[in-house]
Amino acid sequence: MEIDFTHHQSAHCENGVVSNLMKHNGFSVSEPMVFGIGSGLLFCYIPLLKVNHAPVITYRAMPGHIFKKFAKRTGVKMKREKFSNPKDAKARLDENLEKNNPVGLQVGVYNLVYFPDEYRFHFNAHNMVVYGKENNRYLISDPVMENVTSLSEKELEKVRFAKGAFAPKGHMYYPIAFPEKLELEKAIVKGIKDTCKAMLAPVSFVGVKGIHKIAALIRKWPKKKGIKTANHYLGQVVRMQEEIGTGGGGFRYIYAAFLQEAGKLLGNEKLIKLSKEMTDIGDLWRDFALEASRIYKNRSAQTDSYNKVADQLDHIADLEKVFFKKLKKAI
Amino acid sequence: MKKKEVPQDKSNLESANFKELCYAVDDNGEYTTERSSGWEPKTVALNNAIEEINERIEDAKKRVIAGETSPIEYYMELHKMDVGILASYVGFWQWKVKRHFRPSVFRKLSHKTLNNYAEVFEISVEELQNISK
Repeated sequence: MEIDFTHHQSAHCENGVVSNLMKHNGFSVSEPMVFGIGSGLLFCYIPLLKVNHAPVITYRAMPGHIFKKFAKRTGVKMKREKFSNPKDAKARLDENLEKNNPVGLQVGVYNLVYFPDEYRFHFNAHNMVVYGKENNRYLISDPVMENVTSLSEKELEKVRFAKGAFAPKGHMYYPIAFPEKLELEKAIVKGIKDTCKAMLAPVSFVGVKGIHKIAALIRKWPKKKGIKTANHYLGQVVRMQEEIGTGGGGFRYIYAAFLQEAGKLLGNEKLIKLSKEMTDIGDLWRDFALEASRIYKNRSAQTDSYNKVADQLDHIADLEKVFFKKLKKAI
Repeated sequence: MKKKEVPQDKSNLESANFKELCYAVDDNGEYTTERSSGWEPKTVALNNAIEEINERIEDAKKRVIAGETSPIEYYMELHKMDVGILASYVGFWQWKVKRHFRPSVFRKLSHKTLNNYAEVFEISVEELQNISK
């Protein structure tokens, strides 16, 4: 069976799944709106975790949090289920498809056969929608892909039960009840306040302080770890910032798009002005990535060039500190 | 970023024939989306990361042949895993997996344990025991 489901490509998988499921249920909500209301924007250095033998930085909220916060703030009721047994997970999925209910799934990327090989890492926080089953193949709407695709039963089981950090454990989710009218205004204010709080948090590895922290680490890496490792680490910072799904500039452009849309919806000129500022900050993140890439491209950088990119990050952190203080006052 | 500045560099996305979605502003300052075929700074970062993994695989292979580690470590690297990820796939503690890296311990592993690893790596037990196959 195939559920009549419209696939829209999005930048980021989690926003995309939410936006597409909302649209399917008759509520037109854009990807940036989901991201903003769900307080997706973040900066966080995760000191104890290493991925691909390098430190981890995230530019977005923890997997699943955007969805959870969006649903709570808009009054949409969500059902979420995890499974210890792949058989039960499959049965529940099939049951939903029988009932014409497309569902969101959290999956691991490593065994996702339609991804280019180079992108297949052990990353377990990818999201997709399953919208049907034909000839024993599941019909897949993966928001980051231009077109829909399909996976065999075995292929889907593998990605649903990927192991490692953030193991999905068959995680399946879908909306079960909606408010009569979707009131975004209050939800937008809550979403913005929450993001400001996180970005200005008095914690050394989160938000603005976290950006300063990474800048300080970048200055130390070449001496402490050697050029090769320092470049590997720096490359990972850029990859996390610009990876597929960020929409560019470590999610700053998606957030700017949200502020613009929110400003129009609330009739708030300040938000529209701040959207422009966020775009400029996004451009600075891009400049940082470009400068950093010059270091790891040449592989023989001097300590000076590390200090230079660290300076860029410190500057961005200073700007974001002012920015989020202004944003807090604007609503 | 302006819509017309969204980079259209060559990247690894080409092989899968897809473009990613970016957010950018049009000439009137309105936000819109644009597909991007790739951006060099991140393509270089990704290629370096892949090169790094390939070096790790080669290094592990050499050490297996030199009798310094077991093929489990080689296959772990081949599958872009680290000890933590491999441990969670086979369902052993990390210290146990590390112990299985020792050639003397590896030689005495039961068929069942070997099969555990072979299944995760999607190979036969013989292929696990002899990496040149």
